[in-house]
Amino acid sequence: MMLHRFANPTRFLRLADKVLPWSVLLTVAPLAVGLYLALFVAPPDYQQGESVRIMYVHVPAAWMALFVYTSIAIASAVALIWRHPLADLAAKASSPIGAGFTFLALATGSLWGKPMWGAWWVWDARLTSVLVLFFLYLGHMALMNAFDDPVRGRRAAAILALVGFVNVPIIKFSVEWWNTLHQPASVLRLDGPSIHPDMLWPLLLMATGFTFYYVTLLLIRVKSELIAARVRVLSMSGLNAP
Amino acid sequence: MEEIETFLAMGEHGAFIWPAYALTAAVMIGFAVSSWRDLRARRKALRALEAAAPERGRRGGEAAP
Repeated sequence: MMLHRFANPTRFLRLADKVLPWSVLLTVAPLAVGLYLALFVAPPDYQQGESVRIMYVHVPAAWMALFVYTSIAIASAVALIWRHPLADLAAKASSPIGAGFTFLALATGSLWGKPMWGAWWVWDARLTSVLVLFFLYLGHMALMNAFDDPVRGRRAAAILALVGFVNVPIIKFSVEWWNTLHQPASVLRLDGPSIHPDMLWPLLLMATGFTFYYVTLLLIRVKSELIAARVRVLSMSGLNAP
Repeated sequence: MEEIETFLAMGEHGAFIWPAYALTAAVMIGFAVSSWRDLRARRKALRALEAAAPERGRRGGEAAP
């Protein structure tokens, strides 16, 4: 019921305008404090030295790569089952942001891997499955725009998003299922985080900032898509007017 | 001065740490700016269309400020 209340674009636009200032605040404030703690306060790692500071951007980017893809899969399911117009737009608006986060996870991971592993890249399970995720995002974006009929493009992209969701648990558990150079989870563990609070707090603050950054951009981009749709309708009616 | 140099060197890992942060900032700021610019451009286009055809514009869509 709640979902259908916000299916109305006008209601969504009103809600988005109310939420946006708060989500901007919840992006900027945690990122500012998190960056300060990450660069100036958090201690170096006893094994990795100062290079551990890459974790504060790499790990949130990797979490967001998975979170955004999961959001797209949920939005796609909602769009396919209930024909919810905003769900399609949310998936479309999320895809480039998710691809950006995945690119950042890969690039910052590479910059962390070189000093620690002695290699920019290794074809191990975690890195390869995240690369596959990046290609899934690119495929999703390409499919969205591949058809003259946008509805067909959205439907094809939604099916790809749902099929590709199988990669999400593979990424998460790749470090347990296969031998890998990548370290296992140290925060999202059943027995609680194994990371020291001095490092955990900046990491959580950065992750909070990254999450609200996604919320902010999602609201802006869905708003933008709704206005673009309205512009298309007005332009068409203008062309058809006598 | 020496303190700043030590901070920037990051124990010989500065060449990896700073590009990681710079890249993250560039991608995130880039996305935010381009999304905001798109929204502004589309709003402007909508206002222009609504101004050209006020009776159509009042029927729905985003309310003009």
